[in-house]
Amino acid sequence: MYDIQSYHQAASVADAVAALVRDPEAMPIAGGTDVLIQTREGRHAGCHLVSIHGLPELREIRREADGTLVIGSGCTFSQIHASPVLRPRVPMLCDAVDQVGSPQIRNMGTIGGNVCNGVTSADSAPSLLALEAQLELTGPEGVRRVPILEWYTGPGRTVRRREEILTALRIAPEQYEGWYGRYLKYGKREAMEISTLGCAVRVKLSPDRQRVEALRIAYGVAAPTPVRCPESEALAVGRPLDEALVKELGQHVLTELQPRDSWRASKAFRFQIARELCRRAFRQAVIDAGGAIHA
Amino acid sequence: MLEIIHMTVNGKAQELAVDPRECLTDTLRQRLGLTSVKKGCEVGECGACTVLIDGKAVNSCCYLSVWADGHSILTVEGLRGPNGELSPIQTAFVEEAAIQCGFCTPGLILTAVEIVGTGRRYTREELRRLISGHLCRCTGYENILNAVERAVEENLARQHAE
Repeated sequence: MYDIQSYHQAASVADAVAALVRDPEAMPIAGGTDVLIQTREGRHAGCHLVSIHGLPELREIRREADGTLVIGSGCTFSQIHASPVLRPRVPMLCDAVDQVGSPQIRNMGTIGGNVCNGVTSADSAPSLLALEAQLELTGPEGVRRVPILEWYTGPGRTVRRREEILTALRIAPEQYEGWYGRYLKYGKREAMEISTLGCAVRVKLSPDRQRVEALRIAYGVAAPTPVRCPESEALAVGRPLDEALVKELGQHVLTELQPRDSWRASKAFRFQIARELCRRAFRQAVIDAGGAIHA
Repeated sequence: MLEIIHMTVNGKAQELAVDPRECLTDTLRQRLGLTSVKKGCEVGECGACTVLIDGKAVNSCCYLSVWADGHSILTVEGLRGPNGELSPIQTAFVEEAAIQCGFCTPGLILTAVEIVGTGRRYTREELRRLISGHLCRCTGYENILNAVERAVEENLARQHAE
């Protein structure tokens, strides 16, 4: 038996928000793969839960008329991995969420939960940062959108207010059309492993595929929150695709990261994998984009 | 306070009163006596509590029973034939000696049901990934992979013959 003091199954997002407003101690639960496990550990003793589990309105994946991809926050990782809407447009995200936990966990855990728990190790976070996703929240005052770049405020902390529900993640067409990307995760095991460090690189090449037109680099577990590396991204713009650039990028990202020592890995080791993953993901993204790295 | 839920368990409609704090592992084991659903780590890592919900493998230890309302649950008890005979997937596990202590077996068999049910053939590497949510401390996984591979092949052969 979980140590849950009160439980409300919301019938809709509006009902969930009303329930969160009514009970100042209440918190939302979706897939349950974080909240229930933390409850088992005693972290939310006597918690008041408002469940949005399985709400059909949160489980839709669609493409709007202007090309914007809309992913319901209640979509499971396996649903995203298998989505015919997302696969051809944002394969990086589909593959990134396939690295979470185990097949069973991916059948339960939701992308909304992965974003709302605010942790730096969330496997979807670097890709969503590199895709500049917009997060749509519904609260007592209505709907607002927050760019994911303004989402994280600290370890496990986000700008979501307690009585707000994240309902959807939106990816604009200019974020995926012409872009190619890769997410690489480092862990000691291939499965059931929390990321030691993860790196997402997206690249857009010039029409002749000889130069970088735009670059995005994002990391998980390389700082207290998932982070982008804007300076490294800027230095690559207009540069030819050569080994000098690959080398420089891997080195420069380190100035924008603050990894820590933990039992999982030392700071020095995290710097080493941050450098290496950036280079590997960049190389692979360039190949995906139809370019080649010259000596 | 108990809540009434309706779910289909192993093909049979069930009306049950459950506590909202209860996880599906406990409901299946204690209220329905389905003890093939094992209590292992209880934090979603070992896979011993795996059941299929609407055909998808889920860790029942981190799933509230109230969420099962309106859904269809399959446990290993539901694989029995009309005269108590083993299903082809269970037989494949026996034939390949994929069982030692047996604690991980019910969960692995249900994941195998999901894998076989896709009607696809998988590489060994893909199968390793697909069973990665189960911990087996006895076998070293080789015979389990042999059994899953065999179950997939036998199913494809049966489909081909039909």
